[in-house]
Amino acid sequence: MQRILLFLYSLRAFLLFVFLEAIAIWLIVSFNSQQGSAFFNSSNQFSGKILGVKNNVSEYFTLAEVNRRLVDTNAELLAELEMYKKPADSTFIQLDSILTAKFEFKGAKVINNSIRLSQNHLTLNKGENQGIKPGMGVFNGQGVVGRVKGVSKNFSTVISLLHTDLLISSKIESTEVFGSIKWDGKDPQKAKMLYIPRHVKIEVGDKIVTSGYNAVFPEGINIGIVAEVNQGSDTNYLDVTVSLSTDFTKVSYVYLVENDIEEELDSLYLNSEINNER
Amino acid sequence: MSGSRIFYLIGGFIIYLLIQTLVLKNLVLFGVGFCFLYIIYLILLPIETKTIPTLLIAFGMGLIVDLFYDTLGIHTASLLIIAFIRRPWIKILTPTGGYDDNLQPTILNMGFGWFMTYSLPLILIFNISFFFIESMGTDLFIPVVQKIIASAIFVFVMSNIVQLLFYRRRRGI
Repeated sequence: MQRILLFLYSLRAFLLFVFLEAIAIWLIVSFNSQQGSAFFNSSNQFSGKILGVKNNVSEYFTLAEVNRRLVDTNAELLAELEMYKKPADSTFIQLDSILTAKFEFKGAKVINNSIRLSQNHLTLNKGENQGIKPGMGVFNGQGVVGRVKGVSKNFSTVISLLHTDLLISSKIESTEVFGSIKWDGKDPQKAKMLYIPRHVKIEVGDKIVTSGYNAVFPEGINIGIVAEVNQGSDTNYLDVTVSLSTDFTKVSYVYLVENDIEEELDSLYLNSEINNER
Repeated sequence: MSGSRIFYLIGGFIIYLLIQTLVLKNLVLFGVGFCFLYIIYLILLPIETKTIPTLLIAFGMGLIVDLFYDTLGIHTASLLIIAFIRRPWIKILTPTGGYDDNLQPTILNMGFGWFMTYSLPLILIFNISFFFIESMGTDLFIPVVQKIIASAIFVFVMSNIVQLLFYRRRRGI
């Protein structure tokens, strides 16, 4: 018995190594999934505070660029508002409000971002206290940015569109053919559009927007334009490369969108045993 | 081990972590060269440091860096590997006459040739482990190899610069 204990004692460094390595692997497996807990990532209070302070300093260097963007976005919104003004007609018919999905928008500032790994994340300076919930869609004036993964009291972590596990339901704007956008982990300006059948006519330069089918994003938010169409190795689908409209190197302010009827849709899908695409 | 020495070790730990998570995280050369400079802290621990304290330091350091990179466990797992093989590797490389006491294995103390044979394999093992775990489940072999090689060279060059600028002979941070 004593010899066994002595033997184990002589191996103590190795045993500690195996033990700590096992903890690390357990952490990798259980917290790196998309719906992982928000506790052990950059949205927790400790790292969130430090990142917040750092961002307060560094944002001064990008103020000019941010201002220009805000002005651009304002101009676009004003133009859009013009379109929604009621026509000067006495027989204006309001569409039934039940038919329209109910979306709520919120703004937030990006305090941490990465684009070079194969699974990238962003951290935002708003959290549960400001009404952010896991699952909300994130976009900016240029296009789709990602999806909220986890929230703490004052910060939240977002899975970037540049994450090899994130699928975004999308469609070709002109032909309404829908597919899924997924990043292939190579170039931060390019992504793949999956599940486009071979018979579909698709041209370089076609605009890709969100489809509104998975109830995370409203319909029609920019994703990018088709950059390349190949026959690909898959016999059923085309190999479509999309050049993303969002410049992930310069994401500084984002909007978050929440769909009020998402829960209802989700439970409907659950009851009818359909797997909704995430 | 004197009091000022412990102070230098703890101070170095905090400074390396702050610089890594706040500055170097955003520095990626040509989209492939990552700068994981903080592993140099572990590589440059005094030669006589036992494996168990090294493992504990590596675990703490890895977890903190992981928090900021949103890669929970990946830095930790990779850093633990080099913490574990560091001591056997130092023993294999013992020069004739053995090591002096209380010595840090820096370029200034050990010479460029010895430091390169010592640190380059450790840096490479860290990068191989990190990028393979990080891209697990994707079919990105060529980009991963590019990242591993570019990052290893980048970290090695940066570590030389840091040592020449901020470390003193026989003592230092």
